[in-house]
This record gives sequence, C-alpha cells and structure tokens, in this order.
Amino acid sequence: MNSEILGTVLQIALMVGLSYPLGRYIAKVYKGEKNGFDFMAPVERWFYKFCGIDPQEEMGWKKFLIVLLTLNLFWFFWGMVLLVFQGHLPLNPDGNPGQSPDLAFNTCISFMVNCNLQHYSGESGLSYFTQLFVIMLFQFVTAATGMAAFAGMLKGMAGKTTRNLGNFWVYLVKSVTRILMPLSLLVGFILILQGTPMGFDGKMELTTLEGAEQSISQGPTAAVVPIKQLGTNGGGYFGVNSSHPLENPTFLTNIVECWSILILPMAMVFALGFYLKRKKLAYSIFGVMLFAYLAGVVTSTYFEMNGNPEIDRVGIAQQYGSMEGKETRLGSAATALWGMTTTVTSNGSVNGMHDSTMPLSGMMQMLNMQINCWFGGVGVGFMNYYTFIIIAVFISGLMVGRTPEFLGKKVEAREMKIAVIVALLHPFVILVGTALASWLAARNPELAGAWLNNPSFHGLSEMLYEYTSAAANNGSGFEGLADNTPFWNISTGFVLILSRYLPIVGQIAIVGLLASKKYIPESAGTLKTDTATFAFMTFAVIVIIAALAFFPALTLGPIAEYLSF
Amino acid sequence: MKSNLWKSVKITLAFCVFLGVAYVSVLWLFGQAFSPNRGNAEVVMLHGKVVGAANVGQTFTQDIYFWSRPSAVDYNGGGSGGSNKGPSNPEYLAEVEARIDTFLLKHPYLERSEVPSEMVTASGSGLDPDISPEAAYVQTKRVADARGVSEKTVRSIAEEQIQKPLLGLFGPYRVNVLKLNVALDERLSK
Repeated sequence: MNSEILGTVLQIALMVGLSYPLGRYIAKVYKGEKNGFDFMAPVERWFYKFCGIDPQEEMGWKKFLIVLLTLNLFWFFWGMVLLVFQGHLPLNPDGNPGQSPDLAFNTCISFMVNCNLQHYSGESGLSYFTQLFVIMLFQFVTAATGMAAFAGMLKGMAGKTTRNLGNFWVYLVKSVTRILMPLSLLVGFILILQGTPMGFDGKMELTTLEGAEQSISQGPTAAVVPIKQLGTNGGGYFGVNSSHPLENPTFLTNIVECWSILILPMAMVFALGFYLKRKKLAYSIFGVMLFAYLAGVVTSTYFEMNGNPEIDRVGIAQQYGSMEGKETRLGSAATALWGMTTTVTSNGSVNGMHDSTMPLSGMMQMLNMQINCWFGGVGVGFMNYYTFIIIAVFISGLMVGRTPEFLGKKVEAREMKIAVIVALLHPFVILVGTALASWLAARNPELAGAWLNNPSFHGLSEMLYEYTSAAANNGSGFEGLADNTPFWNISTGFVLILSRYLPIVGQIAIVGLLASKKYIPESAGTLKTDTATFAFMTFAVIVIIAALAFFPALTLGPIAEYLSF
Repeated sequence: MKSNLWKSVKITLAFCVFLGVAYVSVLWLFGQAFSPNRGNAEVVMLHGKVVGAANVGQTFTQDIYFWSRPSAVDYNGGGSGGSNKGPSNPEYLAEVEARIDTFLLKHPYLERSEVPSEMVTASGSGLDPDISPEAAYVQTKRVADARGVSEKTVRSIAEEQIQKPLLGLFGPYRVNVLKLNVALDERLSK
C-alpha cells in the first residue's frame, strides 16, 4: 500500500489504542484514586500552601464558576501587560517590539480562551520571554481550565444528589502536574532528538551554498510545541506553525505532534466511562465521534491526494497530490489528516496551509469546527457534546412518550433553555460575523482588496473560516486573510470571548442544576442513553441543529468553488 | 472575590516557576546534552564551513545545483510563510503556468507532462528543505551537463541521498536539497 496512507493508518491506530489506558488514568487522577504519579503530591501541596488554597474545600457550581472566571480575568491583564511591554523585557535577542494594543487584545484573549487565532507571526511578533511566560504558560493553564471544568462536570454527573462539583484549584493543579506536564516532557524529548531547537540564542546568521545571506529564527521551540498540541491550543511557535521545518522536522515528529492533538480529547471520553462506571455510554459516544472524524479524514485525504483539477488541466505530473501549501517531508495525506484532526478538536495548529487545500477539504475543516463537538478541545469538547445529549434526551423523550432523563436526573425546561441557547449561539456569532464582514467587503471593493487574498467564492470562504475558527476557539485560518487590522482583531476578539465562556457557564450550570435534583433510579420507563439508537439520535440532532444551519453559507463558499472546477 | 483574585495572582506565579522555569530548564538541559546542535538548529558543513541549516531550505539558482521548490517568502528563515492561494485563483494559476515555462526553458529535454507539480507550487512554510526523488531525477541531466560529468554519476549521488519513509513504511520518500548539493560539491569538486 502507499506509504503515505500507511502513515495515516498508523497515526489513527496510535491515537485510538493509547487513548483507552490514558482515559483510565485520567479518571483515577480526578477521582483522587491511587495512581502512578502520586510522587507529584509534594509539589501539589506546595502549590496549595503557597496560594493559600484549602484542597478539601467543596464548591457548588456557582462558586466553581466564579473562581474559574476570576482566574481567567486576571490572566487577561497579565497577558496584555507583558505583550505590550515585551520590547522592554528580557529574553529578546532579536529585539522584537511590543504588540499594538488592538493586536495584544486579540492575542491575549485568543490564548486566554485556549484558542490561537494569531494575527502576528511568532518570529517577529513575540520575544522569547512572552513565548514562554504568556503563550506557553497560557497553553498549559487554559487547557487545564477546560480539563478542570470537565472534572467538575464528571463529579456532578456521578453524584446521586449533590451540590458539590469538587475543588476547581485542585483539578487545575493536578491537570498540569499529572497529565499535561509529563506528556509534554515526553513529546519535547522526542522533538529535541529530531532537531527542533531548544535554546536561547537569537537568529542564526549564515551564508548559503550559493553565497547568499540567510538568517534563521530559532529559540525555545521544543518547550512550546508539545503543549500547543496536547493542550489543544495550537498556537505555533513560528508563523507557519507545524509546517515549519524546525517546528516539525520529520515524519516522526509529525506523527508525535498529530497524535498529541487528539490523544487527550479521545482519552477524555473514556475517562468519562471509567469515572461514571458507564463504559457503554462512553463507547457509544466515542463511536459517534470517531465515525464523524473518519468521514472527514477519508473525504479530505481523497481530495488532497488526487490533486488540484486546475493543475491537472495544465498537463504536468501531479503524482503526490495537491502540493501547494504543503511540505515534501509530510506529504498530502498527512496534511489532510492533520487538517481534520486539528478542526475536530479546538486545536488549530496546521502542518500545511488550509487556504490552499481543495474546496471540499476546506468545507470539511469548517464543518468540523461548526459542529465543534467531535472530540473537541480538552475537556470542553465533551461538554459541547453534552449540550446536544441534553437536547437529544428531550426530543427523544417527547417522541416516545417517556420522561426525559439523563443519568437518573430529569431534564426540565430550565436546562433545555440553557442547552438551546448554547447550541444556537455558535451558528449565530459565526453567521452574523461573516455576514457583516462580507457586507462591508461587498460595499467597499478597496476593503475587499485589502483583506482578501483570493477572489470570488474562495474570498467568502476566507471570511467564513475566520469567524468559524474564532467561534470554535480553534485558531487555524485561511491565512490569506489580512487579519491584523482593528476590525478583525476586535470583532474576532469578542466572538472568542462569547464562544468560550457562555458555553462553559451554560454547561456547568446545567450540570449543577441536574446534580442537585432528586436521583431517580432506572426503571423500565427510562429512556436508555447508552444504546446505538440513542447514539444515532444524538448524531441526527447534531447534524440538524449544527450542520444544517451552515449549509447555505457553505454552498456559497466551498461548494460553489468545487462546482466551478 | 478579593481572596479569589489574590489566589489567582499567586497560582499564576507558581505556574511560572513550575513551567516557565522548571519544565523549560529540564528541556533545555536535555537539548544541551542530546540535540544535534546543542539546542540550536542543526547545520550542514562543507569543507569545515557552515553552509546552511539541515532542516531549512535555501534558494538555488545555479545550473550546477539541484533546485528547491518555489517559496512564497524566498526562503527567508526569519519569516516563514505560504502563498495562501486558493486552488481556483486565476492569478495563482497564471503564476504556476509561468513557473512551468521557466522550468521547461531550463530543462528543455523534458516533456510538459514530466514536470513534477511540487517544483512549480510553493510549500506551506516557504522553507521546505526537501523535494521528491522524481523532482531530483528530472534535474540530473541539467546538473550533469553544467558540471561536465555523466548523468549516471549525478543520478547515483542523488539516489544515495534519498531518505526512506519512517521504518521503510510510513510517509513519503524525499531528498534534502542542501545535503544533495553539498554531496555533489564534495564528490565532484576538482
């Protein structure tokens, strides 16, 4: 078989195979059971003592959310100050200046919500100091925030009748010390061996074989790259992210990095099964997500490996597929796979330019983010799926005339209202944002010329992709869009905030409300939620609510472009 | 609220120590000990002189060298970037057409259908250090003629430089252009 396709098969096997044991381990960590990383306990105690945290304190859902939001608010100021003043701070051998306030606003929010919409390029827009103490720090702690929210959710779902979601600080610290940091170290070691830089020297100046001068950006890359992948943040060290040959030097590093994107989101689903002792429920959810993911992978791999029909038309050899925006050492299949992996999660790193992928690959990338719950970001991905479970429980309850219950708790009007608002917010911000931008661009051709790198249908796709990516907290882009302008920085900044915090607040509230209700033991009258039928029902609800809302916009963008070939 | 804010400040500082200092130091020490070039980008030498970074491509224009792929940033190692051109963009297709013409002009012995697409399309990073084996083979005659050696000699050097897929099974075959050109200079210089 073709060695590129074999690479894809190996990659998926490694993800699925290792996510199961990792999920079991994660469940143990959050339950506080004995596990292999108990030697980190002294470090964790130091954290609690230094910060004045009582690890035994119980939190109801409101307290849990207040702590989460306060911490995030502080991070916003932390990031803003450091980014604007980075020019005056240490570890800046290339002498890069501070960011403009609107760019710093966008960058800071983007990383605070664990997204990575980057309207700058890492080589010139950040210093080593801000790479480590803003970008890398946020990549760890905001991923841990999502994981802590997920852990609180598990606790709320597991209890019979409880007001206690556990201690936010403890979840946050343990997510870093026992999950994110150890895995990042492991990945970092592999990257360093393969040639990813990990130093503090400035640019390397050299004379090429033909006598030209070349200067090469480097720095502490191998510290940032592992967590950007594992924490589903995706913010590249270099401007072109993991298509950069120092950020992702070999096919092996590509496998390791791509694995790192999906391993935690996949493991989280199994963790849910172990934690709640409902493995069957976890399998059925995992099955739906894996099916949707693979459907995208097959579609995109087919189109990328087949190449660009317009290039076929000019009559040259295109045996390696569409190579515009792709790297030779990775190949078109690995880029197609990465494109799907990074969009089903909220990762947003890339190993090739999405703007140059085939129209229907681009459509699948957008669709993954528009649905935003096939695996999803660490922690928050499952929480989005949970929203749709609540809706599906309610609808199927009505269809078969049973009381809508999930895990022994009755779903009532209040939870449904929150779930529907959360579910509809996503298409609302994406479509309104795109409509506004395209209205401005259509009325003002100069603006369109300044923003867009491609005419016609593809130009619309660039704008649609940008808002989709912002709302999904993804961060990848059709990078042809000239997005470092106040309009894009500020409008996507607001979309980012809305789409991160409203869903988290809504979902934690639903869990909190359900947790405090009376537990109803399962009976013959209970709607079974761990069956294939219910899994299909959830899938159908997701397709109808999430996917179809975007169909008209996708028709005008990628589908129209595809049909124009 | 106030006590939460104070805890937020402290925990952020604690994470700075744990991650920004401890985690980074471990990786830095590992890099000093085991990385190919003590934490910096790996370099390629010719006659004791650094001529480039192994993983970062560079521009080649002379006939005695194999050429790299087109780059949207002209192999600027300080500012990577792709073209971000959409597949149906007419301006882009005209650019590809022009690159094909140039390539055929420099390789008059080729049929149009033999021009590999990666030699007329820009990479994602603009720094792609590699080309496919086929993209090297189509250039061997030009390089051999310019150096006044047989095509067979150049082709065998190119074949030696092919890097196989991972474990022989996974991923594409490739040739590092800089390493290939250095090998040519080492083996064929008078």
